[in-house]
Parts: sequence; structure tokens; C-alpha cells
Amino acid sequence: MIVRLAMRYRLAPVALVAAIVILLPLLFPSAYYYRVGALVFIFAFAAVGLNLLMGFAGQVSLGHAGFLGVGAYAVAIGPAYLGIPSWFGIVAGAVLSALIAFVVGRPILRLKGHYLAVATLGFGVLIAIVLSNEAGWTGGPDGMSVSRLVLFGWRVSGADTWYWVAAVTLLTGMVLAYNLIGSPTGRALRAIHDSEVAARVLGVEIARKKLTIFVISAVYASVAGSYLALFNGHITPDVAGFLRSVELVAMVVLGGMGSIAGSVVGAAVLVVLPQTFTALHDYEHLALGLVIMAFMIFLRQGIVPAMVQWRTT
Amino acid sequence: MRLAKFAFLSAMGAAFALASVSSVSAQVKIGAVLSVTGPASFLGDPEKKTLEIYVAAINAKGGVNGQKLQLIVYDDGGDANNARTFATRLIEEDKVVAMVGGTTTGSTMAMIPAFEEAQIPFISLAGAVQIIQPVRKWVFKTPHTDTMACEKIFADIKRRKLSKVALISGSGGFDKSMQAECVKVAPAAGITIVHQESYGPRDTDMTPQLTNIKGKADVQAVINPGFGQGPAIVTRNYRQLGITLPLYQSHGVASKQFIELAGPAAEGVRLPAAALLVADKLPAGDRQKPVVQSYQKTYEEKTKEPVSTFGGHAYDGLMIVVEAAQRAKSWDRAKVRDEIEKTKGFVGTGGIVNMSPTDHLGLDLSAFRMLEIQKGDWTLVPESGS
Repeated sequence: MIVRLAMRYRLAPVALVAAIVILLPLLFPSAYYYRVGALVFIFAFAAVGLNLLMGFAGQVSLGHAGFLGVGAYAVAIGPAYLGIPSWFGIVAGAVLSALIAFVVGRPILRLKGHYLAVATLGFGVLIAIVLSNEAGWTGGPDGMSVSRLVLFGWRVSGADTWYWVAAVTLLTGMVLAYNLIGSPTGRALRAIHDSEVAARVLGVEIARKKLTIFVISAVYASVAGSYLALFNGHITPDVAGFLRSVELVAMVVLGGMGSIAGSVVGAAVLVVLPQTFTALHDYEHLALGLVIMAFMIFLRQGIVPAMVQWRTT
Repeated sequence: MRLAKFAFLSAMGAAFALASVSSVSAQVKIGAVLSVTGPASFLGDPEKKTLEIYVAAINAKGGVNGQKLQLIVYDDGGDANNARTFATRLIEEDKVVAMVGGTTTGSTMAMIPAFEEAQIPFISLAGAVQIIQPVRKWVFKTPHTDTMACEKIFADIKRRKLSKVALISGSGGFDKSMQAECVKVAPAAGITIVHQESYGPRDTDMTPQLTNIKGKADVQAVINPGFGQGPAIVTRNYRQLGITLPLYQSHGVASKQFIELAGPAAEGVRLPAAALLVADKLPAGDRQKPVVQSYQKTYEEKTKEPVSTFGGHAYDGLMIVVEAAQRAKSWDRAKVRDEIEKTKGFVGTGGIVNMSPTDHLGLDLSAFRMLEIQKGDWTLVPESGS
């Protein structure tokens, strides 16, 4: 029934996630669960942004963690060296990510398929190298500490606080994403996804639309990175690493390309699974790999689209 | 297909439920977050094995203060964010009384706020000096710092009546940290760094950088603060170019593997390392000799793998906690912490540990031995003379 509701009302998945967010803490015995919850929301936020690019515009980015890194180091370096408040660091990181995405996106979004994937991969690696080599600013591979977020005199710290902050941000991000999809830009993007030639014939400015969505998804990733840094209080360059980019792509694909709620589910699976599998000790990576393979074999379109389809057939 | 999907989803649900059931017991819990997999696994793996071996041995003897120990190890895969999550889990879920671990400096730094806030003694197994400087109430560490390695090398250079050195280092975390520390402590040691070169983590040829160094007339010795395969390539290229100046490597490559990789080029290379590496060659009166020999024997018997200094750091960390708890006659976290800080004359694999409220490492330069590679094996360099 829930699934049918979700299909009838565009924002129903947001309401569903909101309900889960509110009800889950009733089951939480300790702050550890709040932490895992907050991490799910933060990565889900980045995954939602990446899904706009992958699922709707049909462009692959294997370097999205680079923007995560930009956002994370913006809130680390900004307050530490430039004396700006942390909340402004989030904004500055987002603006910087948007600028980088704009400048980098113009040439590389002309590429298609594998070439685009490789170009974005190179871009992500580049950012990770800069973060790890500019030790004077970033503390190098050992990372640097991040001062706490202070909002109107309220010091945001503790896993339970971050749980709510990240949840509200994720819900906002989901609403914005749904609105974007429903807008003319969203329809244009889906047209591009289905057939670039047909979209161009219909008068869609392909290059510009792609660039817009690339910039938006970069901002999503940047904000998620800022949150991650502020939440952890310490940041290392592996936040921008290639494996992190792959993880984000895996969240999107696992949850379902083109399904906003799917990205949240994908993030939840990939953040929570490694935690539950620690009981298997030496076999945890094996188990994790098998589960992901199984998901991709049985639920090929991703978890959420496959379930929706299953309900309606 | 529909049935298959349903079965699959149910199976997943069941797996989730099963995996989240954790064991309940009244034992004393010691936590460890180690990089057992990932790029730092060559550190984390021996650390994990060492902790498992010795916790089992302690329990076989009846535990500590009448309570058996339970070791809880999580693998952060070398990722600082994971390390932080597992730290929270150890504190909130497992309710550990002490923590031994944190394989890399990055993951240690990410976990420090969690343990400081929860007030749980935390003994890190990572290298950099920033872990214990400034001193944090609940944080200790066992491995030598890279500052000490620099000082040890400088002291040996001075003994050779040399003072002008060139540095060549990689861009990894260990390399950069040690390179910076060497530059920092050089003036105090009376050493002038006349030239610096660097290379990338996957470079396969350092001849250009070394040619540069060769061309500098005033260089009297070369130091390579490095980690991984880079130093072996530097050593090979160094000999290929026919450079005859003394070459110093760091404790980061203090393993048999380095000698194998560098081959005959390693002859005459000097490096500072822990006593564990030369357990059998230590003079009979050496206080560390029985400890390192016993650790080497135990580790190699149980794992059938050659011993490494990294596992030794974990041994030191665990034993410092255990002895502190024995002295405190309780597992009260604050009392254990106070006793850890009072550790005096503890003979570990890394050296003799004398901690104080201002020194949460407790090692001095005697913890390092200066080694020279001769005929494909380590030899001790006499500390007086040469």
C-alpha cells in the first residue's frame, strides 16, 4: 500500500523517510546507533545528488568524492586559517564546488560513456592528490582537525544532535530533488537520458542542462562532505579517495538509478551492512561482496525500483 | 522470479537480524580498531594477531584482577571515518574499559575526540608525534616517533663527523611527517639540510632526483625518510649512480622485505630500528633481550610468519594496560589511566618505557638501535665510536 501511495504522490517517499527518521530513535539503545543513522543520512544526501546526475541526466561520475573532499576541507581550512565561521565554510565549500564543477564540467561533459567516466575519475584523483600533498594547508595524509559547528550560539555536537541535523538536511535535499525532477529541467534531463539526439531535436540545450545538473550534484556532495567533517571533528584525504567515489556510485546503483528514495536505501545498506557483518570477522568482506552481487543479480534495477515493479505486476 | 525475489529479501532480513545479535558476557572488554585490511594492512594484521595471541595467553593464566579479558577487534580498512564509527561502537555498545589500537595516525586522530570525551584510556599504535603532543589526558602511544628516528640518524651522522645532509622522501603520510620532523630538529642536532628531493608513491625510478643530489658538492650524507617500496628503489638507484656517500633509511622499512627488494644495493645502508629486529644479536646483558626474544618466539610459533616491529607495538600497548590494571588492582578506567601514566621501567619490544604526565610515550633515543645492513642481514652499529 505504501508503495502505491508513493507512486501516486510525488513527495510520499519523503514523508515515508521522515516517518522512519522520527520513529527509529525509539529503538536506539545508544549513541552509536545515532552515529550510524547520521552517517546514513549524510551519505544518502551525497547519493541523492549523484543520482540526479546518473539516474536522470544519465552521466557517470567516478570522481564525486572529490566534491565531498572540497566541502570537507572547506569547513576544516576556512575556520582554521581564514577565520570564517563553520557554517559559512559549508556555504563557501558549496560555492567553490559549484565553481569547480562549472569549470571542469564544461569540457568533460562533452565526453560520453567510458570517456566521461575516466575524465571524472581523473578529476577525483586529482583532488585527493592535492589534499594529500598540500600538507601546509591540509595536514597531509594524516588529516586535520575540524572545529565544531556553532549555529547562533548553539554548539552542534554529539551523535544524537547530528542525527537530527543530518536528517532534516536529507529531507530538504530530497524535496529539492523531487522538485527539480518535476520541473522543465527535470523533464529535459530525462529526455537526454533516453536519447540525446531526440532531446536535441526537441530543442533541449543538452550541454547546458548537463552542466546545470553536474553543478547541482557537486553542491550536494560538497554539503555532505562538510557535514561529515563537522560531525567527525577530524578529516583525512581518504574522504576524497577513489574508493569513496565508487562507494557513492554503488549506493546509487544499488538503491536504483533514477529513484531518489533508492539512493537513501542504497546509502543505508552500504553504511549499515559493514557494521552488522563485523560479527563474521575474517569473512566480512566476502559476505559484503556476496550480498552486493546478490542484490545486483536479483534486483537488477536497484532495490527501490525493483520493489515498486514487484508490487505493481 | 517474483518468488525468488521474495525469498532473497527474506533471507537478507534474516541475515541482518542474525548478524546484529551480539554476545553478552561479564568479562573485561579491551577494544581495538585496527587497519587489518586496506593499504595499512601490513601494520594492522600483525597487530591484530599479536593482541589475539596475548589476550588468549593472559586468559589461560586466569586473566587480570580475577577477570578474563575479552578482545573486540574492528577493522577500519584504513579509513578514518570508519575508525571513528567503530570507536563510538566500542564506547557505546561494547563498553570497553581500555583501547589498544589505531593503526594509522589519521585514524588515531579521528578517534581521539571520542575516547577523550568518554574518558577511556586509549593507547595508539600509530607513529606521528602529534598524537601525544600536546599531551591529552586519556591518550598514550607505544611506537617511537619519527622525530626520534631523525634524532637517532643525526646522532649517528655526527659520530661520523659529518653535518651536511640531503633528504629524499616520498609523498605518503609517513614520509611527509618524518621529512618535516627531520627538518625541524636538524638545527638543534647541529645538522644542516642542504638539499631536498621528493618522489611520488608509485614512482619506479628516482635516478633524476638522485642525480640532482649527486651534483651537489657539499652533501655528505643522504637520508631517505620513506615507507613502502620507494626506499628500495632509491637504494638501488643510489648504487647504480655510484654514489658513495653514507645512505640512511628510516625505521619505516625496517623489515627483511626491504633487504630482499633492494638486494646487494642495500649493503652498508644504515637505519634506526627497534631491538626486536635484531633480537638474537643483542648483547647478553641487554634488558630488552629476553622480552623481544620471547615475543618473537611466541609470534612466529603461533602465526608461522616472521615477526614485525608493528605487532610488537601492539604487544607493548596491551601489556602496559594489563600491568597498569594489576597495579591499580581494579579495572576502573580512571585508576587504570593514572597507573598507565605512572608506568616506569616497563621493558617492551619498542624500548624501555618511562611515562610521566608530560610524556605519554615514555621512550628515549636508546629505544632505537642503529643498524647496518651487511651481507644481507642486520648488524648492530656500536653506539660509541665508528
